[in-house]
Amino acid sequence: MNTASVSLGASVSSQSRFMQLVLTAFLGLFVVGVVGFSHIEVVHNAAHDYRHSMAFPCH
Amino acid sequence: MNLFRNVVFIAAIAGLVAGVVLACMQAFATDPLIYQAEVFEKAGGHQHDHAAAPAASTTNAMSSAAPAPAEAAAPMEDEGWAPADGFERFAFSVLANIVTGIGFALILVAVSEFAGGIGGWRQGVFWGLAGFAVFTLAPGLGLPPELPAMPAADLMQRQTWWWATVAATAAGLGLIAFRKSLPMTILGVLLIVAPHIVGAPQPESFETPIPEGLHHQFVVAVTLTNLVFWLVLGAVVGVVRSRFTGTATSLRDSFA
Repeated sequence: MNTASVSLGASVSSQSRFMQLVLTAFLGLFVVGVVGFSHIEVVHNAAHDYRHSMAFPCH
Repeated sequence: MNLFRNVVFIAAIAGLVAGVVLACMQAFATDPLIYQAEVFEKAGGHQHDHAAAPAASTTNAMSSAAPAPAEAAAPMEDEGWAPADGFERFAFSVLANIVTGIGFALILVAVSEFAGGIGGWRQGVFWGLAGFAVFTLAPGLGLPPELPAMPAADLMQRQTWWWATVAATAAGLGLIAFRKSLPMTILGVLLIVAPHIVGAPQPESFETPIPEGLHHQFVVAVTLTNLVFWLVLGAVVGVVRSRFTGTATSLRDSFA
């Protein structure tokens, strides 16, 4: 399990590393937010069964 | 932006795999229950509020009573475009599963990198359990999975409570797992409990044409499919990441 200590992009400075990870997390939140939580009707209807199946608040 | 690229690469693979797995499980476990609920929805009055005035939804129910067979073809009458039943509807579900699977994977990989990264499939399973607790279990306690035609409180309020609960539970679990001190653990537990003391927004009336048994079946199906989704997502992230860093240890600087 020595791979556990190997980090992705180890030579990146810690500040840039922090920013990139925060950016990635927000990208993920944005994607989930649009597909699962958007009030736009077309988006809601397209992902309707998915939203119900994920127990996202719907309707 | 190489770290960013690596994280996106791992998340894309894991999200694709877990999303496809979840879509397959939904096709057998949750989608049939949604279709059944839609039959009750059409028979027992229309309760999709969709920010429409209550008067509009009653006229909706009245008008849908007469031409029922024609409207049965469209899953969401009078509500703009919707995928046609059958393949198209399923295809959009699969797409939503994969896209959000990648979204959840991005969050999971980014957060786990702060804690040193997921080192293998077994660590991934535990991270997956945490993701399940944060995104399914905690919000599901206050806002259980709903079927179409089930009464619910204002959408905006529920979505706000949902995200607040996810954030509080994630922060609480993080404090318990990584701070390793008693006061922080107590604070973590308080954070996890707090949203449920505040309470999820509840509908004014729980009257619904959906049978209790059908809803219970749906809650079980949703919870279990989500559990498997998160375990697969975590495990695949662990496998892909260790392959990636394993073969790349000497090449690490060129990747990073």
